[in-house]
Amino acid sequence: MTTLTEQPAKTLERGYVGQSIPRREDRRLVQGQGTFFDDVRRHGMGYVHFVRSPYAHARILSIDVSKALELEGVYGTITGDEVAIHTDPFFEMSVEPGGLIKDYALAVGKVRHMGEPVAAVCAATRELARDAAELIEVEYDPLPVLVDAEEALEDEVVLHDDAGSNVVWSGVFDWGNVDQALAEADHVVTIERLHFHRFSSTPLECAGALVEYDKGTGEWTLICNHQMPGVGAIWMAPALRTGIDKLRFVTHDIGGGFGNKICLHPQYVVLCLMARKLGRPVQWTEWRTDQHTANAHGNERTFLDVEVAVKADGEMTGFKVKAIDDCGAFPRYEPLGCIIWAQVTPGMYAWRNIRVDFTQVCTNKSPVSPNRGYSRMQHLWLTERIIDIVASELGFDPVEIRKRNYVKAEQMPYETPNGCVYDSGDYAAALDIALDLIDHGSIEERRVKAAARGKLLGFGIGSTLDSGTNNFGQSTLLNPELQFSGNNEAATVKLDIFGEVVVTLGTVPQGQGHETTAAQVVADILGCPPEQVNVRRGHDTWFNAHAGFSGTYASQFAFTGLGAVKGATELLRDEMVKLAAFVLQAPEEAIELADGMARIKDGPEEAALPFMALGAIVNANNAFLPPDFNPTLNHRYVCRPYFGMVDKERKTGQLTLTYATQIHAAVVEVDPETGEVEIVDYAAVDDCGVRINPQIVEGQVHGATAHAIGAALFEDFVYDEDGTLLTANFYDYHVPHAMDMPPLKTGAMESPSPVAPLGAKGMGEGGGGGIHCIGAAIQDALRPAGKAIVYDSCNPPHRVWSMLQDPGSTRTNVSVVSK
Amino acid sequence: MATPARSRAISLVINGEQVEMEVPARRLLVHFIRDDLGLTGTHVGCDTGNCGACTVQLDGEPVKSCMLLAVQADGSRIATVEGLAPDGDLTALQRAFNEHHALQCGYCTPGMLMSASALLARNPHPTEEEVRYALQGNICRCTGYVNIVEAVVAVGGGA
Repeated sequence: MTTLTEQPAKTLERGYVGQSIPRREDRRLVQGQGTFFDDVRRHGMGYVHFVRSPYAHARILSIDVSKALELEGVYGTITGDEVAIHTDPFFEMSVEPGGLIKDYALAVGKVRHMGEPVAAVCAATRELARDAAELIEVEYDPLPVLVDAEEALEDEVVLHDDAGSNVVWSGVFDWGNVDQALAEADHVVTIERLHFHRFSSTPLECAGALVEYDKGTGEWTLICNHQMPGVGAIWMAPALRTGIDKLRFVTHDIGGGFGNKICLHPQYVVLCLMARKLGRPVQWTEWRTDQHTANAHGNERTFLDVEVAVKADGEMTGFKVKAIDDCGAFPRYEPLGCIIWAQVTPGMYAWRNIRVDFTQVCTNKSPVSPNRGYSRMQHLWLTERIIDIVASELGFDPVEIRKRNYVKAEQMPYETPNGCVYDSGDYAAALDIALDLIDHGSIEERRVKAAARGKLLGFGIGSTLDSGTNNFGQSTLLNPELQFSGNNEAATVKLDIFGEVVVTLGTVPQGQGHETTAAQVVADILGCPPEQVNVRRGHDTWFNAHAGFSGTYASQFAFTGLGAVKGATELLRDEMVKLAAFVLQAPEEAIELADGMARIKDGPEEAALPFMALGAIVNANNAFLPPDFNPTLNHRYVCRPYFGMVDKERKTGQLTLTYATQIHAAVVEVDPETGEVEIVDYAAVDDCGVRINPQIVEGQVHGATAHAIGAALFEDFVYDEDGTLLTANFYDYHVPHAMDMPPLKTGAMESPSPVAPLGAKGMGEGGGGGIHCIGAAIQDALRPAGKAIVYDSCNPPHRVWSMLQDPGSTRTNVSVVSK
Repeated sequence: MATPARSRAISLVINGEQVEMEVPARRLLVHFIRDDLGLTGTHVGCDTGNCGACTVQLDGEPVKSCMLLAVQADGSRIATVEGLAPDGDLTALQRAFNEHHALQCGYCTPGMLMSASALLARNPHPTEEEVRYALQGNICRCTGYVNIVEAVVAVGGGA
């Protein structure tokens, strides 16, 4: 059954790894001494402001910048016409028709979503740049607007004339034999429509960069908050008609990312052009409203005609679905979302027959970009909705039906119908922990008590996987011509002249505590305290400590980032041992690294070299070393996980390597008069294998839960029929505040990954567990009030109230045929 | 009719230091603090006064410095995150944020600290509910507030 690739299953002897060491990043951050891109100043720099479209869809008739240029203190402007002359459209990843889309850094000829940048202006101050933007006159001819993905499929209005269709990508994924499964089922449950809404994690720090151009070398330096610079450069360099070596990305501290800082290349290209044109450093800090209207939404997805095959005993054997994904006005990172979901094709369940007819379309809404749980979360919401709808319609207990259908611990490692390998885990055991935490046994009693207070109490489960360490080869299942496969991450580790251990990461952390966890791993390998390990902050292309896919995304730092740190540190360790053996005239086997020394095991006290001695010998006092022995004490290692090749015909392969487990459980109370939902009990259980730093892991669980609670109850990017975003700021787009968050109970298990270098699985994204369990809990709460079916991933009071008023309209969505 | 003044001299005390400066009349207090004084610990996270990343204390009260003009702070005493531990000797609250893992990206942290320290100054032993109420004007997107609330309660001696 399993085809696990052969990778050494090494785990470290735990020392500092596994301890909740307080983060070293904190000392600067609690004193206001962090450095975020907007904190950096350069002599003579200008501030950039973008002129943005008020229309969702319109032809640009003219742009007149003359009044802006007359204003004293305005340095210059850039419009779409100039962009079209000086740059090429960004590389598109889709086959046709999506592959024919022309996406430039500024709107060229046409705007396709509200907030799309049409021009940029640079001035001496932030205020002046805004004033100047007001003076730029743009004449538009409005066009009909598409805000509905299904309507977009009709192609009556087309966003991209070059593509001739709104479809970006479409294809059918068919594994096993779903028709046979449906024919042999005792019950077939049909769900007509489910809708996963638009929201995003909205990091508190908006996007931006300070860009400098060196006229002499033709190099740009971007002091920025891009979270995936390797791929950012792959987009930007060809568009700018330059080499990738001419783009130097520098990050310091980043104020959250969550995937929303991956698609910043359009604005960054404008900044590059502006810096070159004006011959001065230019700075742009996105405004919150601009981030909401025009940066990065999560993928919206509609699921149609779901059919589920169920046996009489509750065993589920397969399902089919038609998925329509709405990526907004430009694909950018898409169509990768059309395949990323397939990392978790069966969710946590053992169904073997699955057909997904997947289509992605453009609409006149903000472009999307990866958002915490990217594409898998939408699909996992579908699988969890299926489970709870089937349970409710056929009268199965939601706990029992899960346990019956979960992949079992004894089946691990488990190969899914599409060739992914779930590396380890015990889903039923994790569920039991969650049930204990919320005292599942008392639910019925609490339900009665709540009813006495006029409240409807409900209980729900969300079972999810956080798949980590992406195989970029999955992109070739969408477009066989793409030249991407595998993955990589780099790190360097060196011993400096005074004995300092210096670690440089290719990853681009945004709050995940990489400096701390990397120091824990290094300290264990080198036998020194973590305080002796200096992990440099941020990313710098010039450090040469990065690889093509460097960045922090797709839950992979624990595998690739720390794998690179471990690899480089082991190279350094081996050389330190060799050097010490040479100096102390002892065999290498007799040398140990401990207490910040290289010493002879059980040897005399003086048979020990402090790290400083080793660093000094190699760097400054090396004349006595023989010519054939040339230690550098400076090592770079690239962690390249092994996936094997994907099968483009069958659309199978190892799309990702580790699968962390999250089981969330919620108890809610619904006020039937207002539709308001209150979370009264909540538990999140996470199993990410070896936890390098349990406190950091728990912090990620808290954060992912907060995002899911926000998405489940409040956060919704709502557009009106004209394509105007109605929730363009934190007034209208309500994210959880301290008063909104229920007390969270957390639990943990450790099922070490047999494939990851440290046994640690990537984690942190979560799979949207809170969205699933809160929806399930609301559906459970509404059972006595007409048995409404939860059909949307966002359930603010007005929607819950409508379900209470007219449960029948939601029930026509579901039918059961029993044989 | 007189032309409105485009700039004005202001005088205030910030983190114990006297500052006198001519500022554009339209300049937001947060931009004055960040851009003119170089105190970049105070952050900007929104454009509508919701997020609280820019929270400073004005005459001891927590205020959102993006919702005030610099000229409105004329004559006041302002405290920013940089003033909490001028010698690098962290306050109990700052230490608690570290020990309880109350920050991840750290972008909201200065505002959180200024709101929380104002709370602790007027109510040294707040309950969890009081802490949540005092911090509801500060958005954090990383932590779900769990450890932030825990840290502040712990400083007050609560569980």
